[in-house]
Amino acid sequence: MKLNPRRLVLISVPYAWLLALFMVPFLIVLKIALSDTAIAIPPYMPTLDLAAGWSGIRDFFSELDFENFTWLAEDDLYWKSYVSSLWIATVSTFFTLLIGYPVAYAMSRARPEWRPLLMMLIILPFWSSALIRVYAWIGILSSEGYLNQVLLALGLADTPLSILNTQTAVYIGIVYTYLPFMILPIYATLEKMDESLLEAAEDLGCTRISAFWRVTFPLSRPGAIAGCFLVFIPSLGEFVIPSILGGSQTLMIGKVLWEEFFNNRDWPVASAVAVVLLLILVIPIVLFQRNEEKNA
Amino acid sequence: MDTKPSPAPFAPWTDPAAVPLIRFEGVTKRFGDFTALQGIDLQIYPREFFALLGPSGCGKTTLMRMLAGFETPTEGTIWLDGQNIAPVPPNKRPVNMMFQSYALFPHLSVWDNIAFGLRRAGQDKDTIKARVEEMLRLTRLDQFARRKPHQISGGQRQRVALARSLALGPKLLLLDEPLGALDKKLRQDTQFELMDIQEKTGTTFVIVTHDQEEAMTVASRVAVMDAGRLCQIDTPQHIYETPNSRYVADFIGEVSIIEGRVDSLGEEIGIAYAEGQKPVMTRTGGTEVALGQSVFYAIRPEKIWVGAEPHPDRINSVEGTIVDIGYLGDVSTYHVRLDSGQMIKALMTNAERYAASRFTWNDRVWLSWSRHAGVVLTS
Repeated sequence: MKLNPRRLVLISVPYAWLLALFMVPFLIVLKIALSDTAIAIPPYMPTLDLAAGWSGIRDFFSELDFENFTWLAEDDLYWKSYVSSLWIATVSTFFTLLIGYPVAYAMSRARPEWRPLLMMLIILPFWSSALIRVYAWIGILSSEGYLNQVLLALGLADTPLSILNTQTAVYIGIVYTYLPFMILPIYATLEKMDESLLEAAEDLGCTRISAFWRVTFPLSRPGAIAGCFLVFIPSLGEFVIPSILGGSQTLMIGKVLWEEFFNNRDWPVASAVAVVLLLILVIPIVLFQRNEEKNA
Repeated sequence: MDTKPSPAPFAPWTDPAAVPLIRFEGVTKRFGDFTALQGIDLQIYPREFFALLGPSGCGKTTLMRMLAGFETPTEGTIWLDGQNIAPVPPNKRPVNMMFQSYALFPHLSVWDNIAFGLRRAGQDKDTIKARVEEMLRLTRLDQFARRKPHQISGGQRQRVALARSLALGPKLLLLDEPLGALDKKLRQDTQFELMDIQEKTGTTFVIVTHDQEEAMTVASRVAVMDAGRLCQIDTPQHIYETPNSRYVADFIGEVSIIEGRVDSLGEEIGIAYAEGQKPVMTRTGGTEVALGQSVFYAIRPEKIWVGAEPHPDRINSVEGTIVDIGYLGDVSTYHVRLDSGQMIKALMTNAERYAASRFTWNDRVWLSWSRHAGVVLTS
């Protein structure tokens, strides 16, 4: 295939986009991660001294090292935060799927004239700030909150449950915030499914329930997987929800990242944390996509 | 010389001792205020290829879906093999359906699609394998077994759907517009293939179609439906040659209908249709008529001879003017306006080359037909 100028321009646009908005920032972060912390502005060294010419560049590269990454392995705070984040993200994604799938299924089975309204209700929370919505959960979950008031009034609990500032509150916050990202892709796959497929399955001997597991579920799998990624990826690096609802015991890598940057002002270690987080996310996504391409 | 008597033609509906496979008794189906089917009585016999024919919305699909179990009758009973099937859910019926959209499972290969029903029936691996391979051979799909439905052509998908619905060896196979999505040439080939497969497997087929040619080609009997009622149930030949109403006559093939009044009785009756015109003379073919009764005379275009002179051997001849000619190669159709204002369609085969150029627009021609050519209808 010959690359004529028109084609070249067309192809270069997405590449330029990726280069400017992903590759360059990543290289900057990587560079900081390989640097040493310093009391200076910016708070790390070495800095590239182009005025010194070739020797300046050589000095610059000779001072970069993997010290910060070794540090991440040595101090158990970091790997504990990664494991805890992975665990919280996995559990939250599981519950989001558990709640989101039936909602999406019900939406796709609703009468067509109801569907736009239901869709609207799913999207409506986005019209207010996520921060405010997460804050509102404090009022619900705190020991004098609405949930405990209702539970006590109904006699379902003798003493107020302490949910706020625990991991449970973080799960609730993540599931609540990311639920629409699970519902929408699943709904999209379920909605376009031909209903005669279910009739065919029944005609060939399936009960309603086995028709669901044999036909509906496998066909909605791509939507469910997309939804899981849309929930898992942002919740792994989530910072706002654990710091508002999780209290001090909840360990999440997003919080560690924040503290390294803004409390310790240790940019190199913070950058190293960010690079590892990115690798944790990129590797499974690439493996997954390769697998999907093979199956298609 | 072969003196073996030829086998009796397949016509269980004429045999009072024959036991029908399916019996509809006064079946009515309503959706809210809308009556989809009204008082259906119908018998379908084993090994029949039965066609339900009608325009969209006539209730033919509802009738079929009741056989499959996706709808239940509001009133009346459906018997299948002596059993009332109303309480039997679709997955327990010895009935399979081939869907209009084929409804192939997109996530399963051709092989797994065909095996789907067999696996649900809990058959063992070897039986399933043998049966699927038999079905693949029957529908000539052997090379495509490992493909997914989106990797094969429309015609192949149609055959997968057929193989899948036949795999369980149902007593009754329902086909919902099975050839609707195929192009014309493929459709004609597939019609014969369907008949072939029906004969080989000995399964009773019920086909729903709005295509009258398709119904006439494949079916042993055709039921013509309109607005939730059965208009006529008969062999394709009887439906075509002796329709029982104007609706059936008009729905199947081309026809010209002349409205008139019986003005003479005898071996032939006369039907006066216009002032100052010789009445149409015709045999009644068993239709009871009285003098002065208002009737309809229906005649097919190919039964009418078009000539410059009246045909000497035919009892009816009228003069008219050609309004339209449709040249189709093998045949030409003529739309002729009689002097009384009646429009008549006539069809002549172009047996000789350039035979069609004998007449042109606005020519005066004679239309002639025999006493047996048309039918007398009272409704």
